[in-house]
Amino acid sequence: MDSSTLFGIATMAYILAMIIYIVYLAFKKPQIGIVATTVTVIGFITQTFAILLRWKEFSEIGKMGILRAAPFTNLYESLVFFVWCLILGYLIIEFKYKNRSFGAFITPIAGLALAFIDLTGVDKDIHPLVPALQSNWLLAHVMMSFIAYSTFALAFGTALMYLILKTEKRTEPSYIFWTVTMGIFIVVLGAMGLDYLTYKVAIKNPDVLIKSFLFKASFFSNSTALSLLSWIVAIAFIFLLWRYGYVLKKVIASFSLSPETLEEITYKSIAIGFPIFTLGGLIFGAIWADQAWGVYWSWDPKETWSLISWFAYAFFLHSRLLRGWKGKKIAIVAVVGFVMVIFTYLGVNLLLSGLHSYGSME
Amino acid sequence: MEKEKNKGFIDRIWDFFSSIRLAIVVFASLALTSIIGTVLEQNADPERNIRLLAKLFGGSAAPSLFNIFDSLGFMDMYHSWWFVTILMFFAANLIICSIDRLPKILKVVREPIKPLPEDRFKGFGIKKELVLNGGPEKTKGMVSDTIKKVMGFNPYEVKEESGYQLYSQKGNYTRLGVYITHFSILVILLGAVIGIFFGFKGFLNLPEGKTYLVAFSRTSSMAQTQEFERILNAVEVSAGNLQNASKLLGIDENSLRTMMRKFGIFPLGFGIRCDMFNVDFYGKSDMPKAYRSWLSVIKDGKEVMKKTIEVNEPLKYEGITFYQSSYGLVPGGVENGIFRFRATSKDGKPEEINQRFGSTFTLPGTNLTAKIEDFSPALGFDQATSKPFTYAKQMNNPAVFINFFENGNRKFGGWILKRYPETWALPDGYTLEFLDLWGSQYTGLQVRKDPGVWIVYFGCIAMAVGLFIAFFMSHRRIWVKLIDERNNTHVIIGASANKNKQAFERKVDKLVSHLTKTKEGGK
Repeated sequence: MDSSTLFGIATMAYILAMIIYIVYLAFKKPQIGIVATTVTVIGFITQTFAILLRWKEFSEIGKMGILRAAPFTNLYESLVFFVWCLILGYLIIEFKYKNRSFGAFITPIAGLALAFIDLTGVDKDIHPLVPALQSNWLLAHVMMSFIAYSTFALAFGTALMYLILKTEKRTEPSYIFWTVTMGIFIVVLGAMGLDYLTYKVAIKNPDVLIKSFLFKASFFSNSTALSLLSWIVAIAFIFLLWRYGYVLKKVIASFSLSPETLEEITYKSIAIGFPIFTLGGLIFGAIWADQAWGVYWSWDPKETWSLISWFAYAFFLHSRLLRGWKGKKIAIVAVVGFVMVIFTYLGVNLLLSGLHSYGSME
Repeated sequence: MEKEKNKGFIDRIWDFFSSIRLAIVVFASLALTSIIGTVLEQNADPERNIRLLAKLFGGSAAPSLFNIFDSLGFMDMYHSWWFVTILMFFAANLIICSIDRLPKILKVVREPIKPLPEDRFKGFGIKKELVLNGGPEKTKGMVSDTIKKVMGFNPYEVKEESGYQLYSQKGNYTRLGVYITHFSILVILLGAVIGIFFGFKGFLNLPEGKTYLVAFSRTSSMAQTQEFERILNAVEVSAGNLQNASKLLGIDENSLRTMMRKFGIFPLGFGIRCDMFNVDFYGKSDMPKAYRSWLSVIKDGKEVMKKTIEVNEPLKYEGITFYQSSYGLVPGGVENGIFRFRATSKDGKPEEINQRFGSTFTLPGTNLTAKIEDFSPALGFDQATSKPFTYAKQMNNPAVFINFFENGNRKFGGWILKRYPETWALPDGYTLEFLDLWGSQYTGLQVRKDPGVWIVYFGCIAMAVGLFIAFFMSHRRIWVKLIDERNNTHVIIGASANKNKQAFERKVDKLVSHLTKTKEGGK
């Protein structure tokens, strides 16, 4: 059995777990909840083995030793590891707070992310390392960055749920914020899905898809009518989400998650993620850059965006100490922080260029 | 009167600089301006950013937008006066906030824990009560031992009117974690400033076989003038000795140094020579595996150090570090380079042959002569026609075309490829291995001197330690009041933790359950 079969099993397990978690939410039978958790754990264990197996496969191909064969070197592998961390984080929360409702949110993210990797045909082959990545810092830097990213993702989820629960009126800025943010998220994902369906024949990998075809099937279409229609649909969707967002509130209110618990999970996730991100992401990254390129800080886009995310979370941690900055305002900062993280991870590589595209030698 | 007013003003400035509100404004403004700096390409050709702006805002607005952004310093914004000013506000905020709060915190940290008056027990987040058999005189030893065993605290004991009080604290110094973190940021900024003022960042494109005594700043190539060349020559002739070089130029040493700085020439104080450069590929693919430069350091005419550097494996000498950063072909490299071969007859020993382009040489041990006719840095064969062509500018697949003659008559000939041993074979078991076209490539080195880097590293370590303390450790205190109630002990526990209260409360719960157990055991 090779690693991709195991990854397939893990994907199926997460999607199955998602369905069971939703059934659990509907019927609130503890037995169903236990089954959901068991399936998630099985998926997690399978994924763990898959990662270890890929590590082994990588070290056999690369022949550079175990430390330099960590399977976190490209988009595919890092997404897989991100999902793994996310599920681990979720299982810890489920165990600590004895509440399974959150699972219905996390397992779909995990399952869909893995399925998305399969569908879009992200390059899954094992490639030997380019010279810039041949360093022992790779393991520590990437691993810690992704552990931090997944804690931020959890905080994002809980902060968003907190906002949904806490907002009352449609005219309230926090309500407008979460509906519009969520709307843009879904619209962007949908438009990218459309790009993929339209151009999947023409592209070789997702980098090309995003670099050359981003929103070409919708907003930036060559046909004016199509582009106009896309904008209208997008705005109408966001409007509808804003108009009927309270339905989501009812759904989440039925999860028996108190806003206080959500706020606490948000804070704790960030309190764990922030030091890990500072050390593994920023400091180890700087030391590695210093060894590889002779500059520990060069303001290249990847570095700068990590710093921007870092400032966003520093903002979050300090704003808690300010009077009058409780609850909704802080939750907004946590949501914005994760948007910055997504951009650091994907946006910089795909939309901006810099040292981190490892292209300086080619 | 005047004085009072002044003091109020200074106080207000002090409050402004020590406030968390300023910290938040600084975070937000650094983050937001940095975003612009990642979209606009920094220190780039104006053309590129005008094109970018045209994409975003339309072609007609782009040039004037560029001028506005340019005059505001956005094209090199991380070094612009206003960005540096925000960083200075950041530093001032950290310093003054620390001066403002540190004395109070230090007092809390240093002060030994005191017993608590009765009425203060009411206000605790963690508060437990229970009754033990026997008076406080009897139970206090057991309670103290249990606190030590379960929680790891070593409590003090004081006699009170109604009985005893046990109290203890742990991790009082962890309150300093935040300040260590803040301090570390200042240390990192200091290290960066030292690096800017006392170090340099340069580059050097060093051809194989050449020795350089200087490195160049990124902008120096644009400033090449006659004067620039004269200085370079003088430095080279005087073997890097700036005193001699200044005599040659007829100026004093200090003004030579100033001019060199102006032109972006950094004297190394020693010579650096590239003995060879090579790219390793994975198998037969064109995926680079390693970029390697064989470097030598020459000091006062003597070779003092030799090292093979790679990406992630720099060379360091006298505080200057050389990093593998790029490579390329030297103009005229084919004509001036040396073709290196290793010839081995069927059962003879290998012999190295060095020749120039177009030259004719005899193969040792045979009566064959060989002539180097052609060279390609990256030879490929067209799939349809099998015609050879050069598919890349770099040395991806170096190949040399050689014709072999016997008594003046061409016998055979063909391409010999460095990466393909099967092309080395000649008839009769003879092999002619193409080793290298030496002298045709340069290695691109990043050259850096940064005396501040150790301060930055120290700051990083301090930050890691500070953050660990600030987020994962807490100041925990516990007070236990033992009150005599008709030969039983009424135990009141008050406890507090400045972080992660739940975890500490679980510990206190454990203490309570242990105490209850001993009580039951005693029955």
